[in-house]
Amino acid sequence: MADKQLFLDGVSIALNARVLVAVTHRVEVGEVLTVMGPSGSGKSTLLAYIGGFLDPAFSASGKVFSGKEEITALPAEERHAGILFQDPLLFPHMSVGGNLLFAIPPAVKGKAARLALVEEALDGVGLAGTASRDPDTLSGGQKARVALARVLLSAPRMLLLDEPFSKLDAELRSQMRELVFAKARTSRLPVVLVTHDEADAEAAGGRVIRVGQ
Amino acid sequence: MCSMLPRLGPPLAIAVLAGPILFGLAGTILPAFGYLPALGGTGFTLAHAEKLLTQPGIMMSALISLAAGLVTTAVSLGVVMLFIAGWAGTHIFSRIQHLVSPLLSVPHAAAAFGLAFLIAPSGMIARMLSPWLTGWERPPDLLIVNDPTGLSMIAGLIVKEIPFLLLIALAALPQVDLPRTRALAASLGYGRVAGFLHGVWPPLYRQMRLAVFAVVAFATSVVDVAAILGPTTPAPLAVRLVGWMNDPELSMRFFASAGALLQLCVSAAALLIWIALERLGAAMLRRLRRSGLRFRRDAWLRRAALAAMVTAAMTVLAGLATLAIWSFAGLWQFPDALPETFTAKTWMKTAPRLAAPLSVTLIVAAASTTLAIALTLLCLMRENETGRVAGRRALLFLYLPLLVPQAAFLFGLQLLFVFTGGVASLPALVLAHLTFVMPYVFLSLSDPWRAYDRRYEAIAAGLGKSRIATLLRVRLPMLSRAILVAAAVGFAVSVGQYLPTVLIGAGRLETITTEAVALASGGNRRVIGVYAFLQMLLPAAGFAVATLVPALVFRNRRAMRV
Repeated sequence: MADKQLFLDGVSIALNARVLVAVTHRVEVGEVLTVMGPSGSGKSTLLAYIGGFLDPAFSASGKVFSGKEEITALPAEERHAGILFQDPLLFPHMSVGGNLLFAIPPAVKGKAARLALVEEALDGVGLAGTASRDPDTLSGGQKARVALARVLLSAPRMLLLDEPFSKLDAELRSQMRELVFAKARTSRLPVVLVTHDEADAEAAGGRVIRVGQ
Repeated sequence: MCSMLPRLGPPLAIAVLAGPILFGLAGTILPAFGYLPALGGTGFTLAHAEKLLTQPGIMMSALISLAAGLVTTAVSLGVVMLFIAGWAGTHIFSRIQHLVSPLLSVPHAAAAFGLAFLIAPSGMIARMLSPWLTGWERPPDLLIVNDPTGLSMIAGLIVKEIPFLLLIALAALPQVDLPRTRALAASLGYGRVAGFLHGVWPPLYRQMRLAVFAVVAFATSVVDVAAILGPTTPAPLAVRLVGWMNDPELSMRFFASAGALLQLCVSAAALLIWIALERLGAAMLRRLRRSGLRFRRDAWLRRAALAAMVTAAMTVLAGLATLAIWSFAGLWQFPDALPETFTAKTWMKTAPRLAAPLSVTLIVAAASTTLAIALTLLCLMRENETGRVAGRRALLFLYLPLLVPQAAFLFGLQLLFVFTGGVASLPALVLAHLTFVMPYVFLSLSDPWRAYDRRYEAIAAGLGKSRIATLLRVRLPMLSRAILVAAAVGFAVSVGQYLPTVLIGAGRLETITTEAVALASGGNRRVIGVYAFLQMLLPAAGFAVATLVPALVFRNRRAMRV
């Protein structure tokens, strides 16, 4: 499993010839690379580049490796870069369980096996028995946990976090932070966290890159 | 393969929008100067144009068309402008907005029939006022509908263009900061209307300008409304044109083409005059600004704008109600306000004749709408791929079919279909409708599409979903309501098309709309009531489906509600 580390090799993102982010770094599994910067500094573009959905307005160079495999040229859907945004963004037209079923790879066959995975995942974030609920009827903290369960179920190779805690209130924020980092460690995933909150960086404990200053 | 499709979207859309106009204009202008080899016209001549100018009352016809275009646009734009100026942001405003929005989908012909049934000497208004006020025991001998100056035609156009311009203005309103500009103007002591005109109107109008031009072009060249409400001696230019175009005598085609060219000139002249009026208006506003006059006592103006708005909306609604009553009327003598008996006899008698035009209407509307939705989606997907949002030039293409008068290019297009053997075929008719359906579908779908939060797509891709799976299972379902509404708009536009159906269908493919307009001269109000009522019912049914289906499918999904 050690081969899932994330390697950013000379990654540089620019807008109109102005470099926003430049980084070369190896993120080991269970480790968190934190990118800090004020809003509008373009720090989120790094996640977009790694995930494969960078807006064509930006120009970028550098390579991204997942383990030994270079993924820079792969389409987003083949990179398996699980992402969490500051909003949970649960698909509003699906039930909670539907959101999770959508995430489970097709390799898991059989309705019963897939449903069992859903129940297990919900249980893992303290939301057992909510599969049939309308996601919009959950509280903000519950939605965030469903979003986490969803991304983990998709068997990602890395976790990209785009200020995922910034909209939660203080108490929920630290709980959610611990939950996410713990899950990343047990799932042995490299994590890239983008934030403007020093507390996030502290809790993450890994290397911190500052941009836009 | 799938990822290549969006690439085709923009060129296909441009072909659909501009192709028929380009070919159609060529097929109009060349024969107008005598060039049409298939009919023996190999040289260029001005003979047909000269013959056109010797037609009795031709200048009068052109003048009526020109005046109708300018007056309709000025009045409807004025009402919309003052109404927004006086009432935007109030409860009354949103209530009126909900009252007016559905009127946009009422076909012009149905609204025109409704108005005719209201204001005719034996119409609903006369019945309501007789005999207690007017003393009329019999319908007075007055020429109200088809009046020689075209006032009732202009009224019929105004009540339909007001909802159109209001919706266009509402769509552009979020891009101008109305509340804060208003607060600023008020803090400087300006009246509500004056503050709006100085601060909000210029940028708002700039956004609406193409739509206003479309109203000018439409009102100068409209056929169905003019045939129902317009003057007859002489008739507006476009109505006479269609008469010549339908003449079985083939040599009349040169002459009709010359007429179509004159129509193009009339609409162009109206647009030029309108642009001059724009300049004049802007200069007057500038002068007013320099004077510093505050116009604080504008309550009367605001009330007048509200009254005009309500009158316009109620006119259409009352007209439609009158149509419905006529379609079920038994014996209905003047001046009774209601029929003595109600009966379904007219409907039963008409029903067998409805089947054929109804099926053509539905097939053509469904096919052209589906194609328009598909093309629009491809274009919007391409926008996302390139990261470039369609700009002003794309907008001009979209408005092209609305800016070039239908009568000026459809005749040439008909010629083209005649010589390629496609005339009166369903595919040709669908294609002709698509040209007019496409702009409305694109305009109504592009805003919700662009407002979509694309992070949902990033999430789905991160979950390992292919682009096509993301599109089909995430983006399209989430946008299903907007897509269905755009489809309902397209459906309504297709149902209301008169001239494309008459010319490309060549009298062999009839729709509810062409049948209804054909009945206008006959004057059987009960049968007209049936057709016009159906005409109004079809778009309404489309919107009902667009509202009910998502509401039902997503009844347990709170965030999917509007």
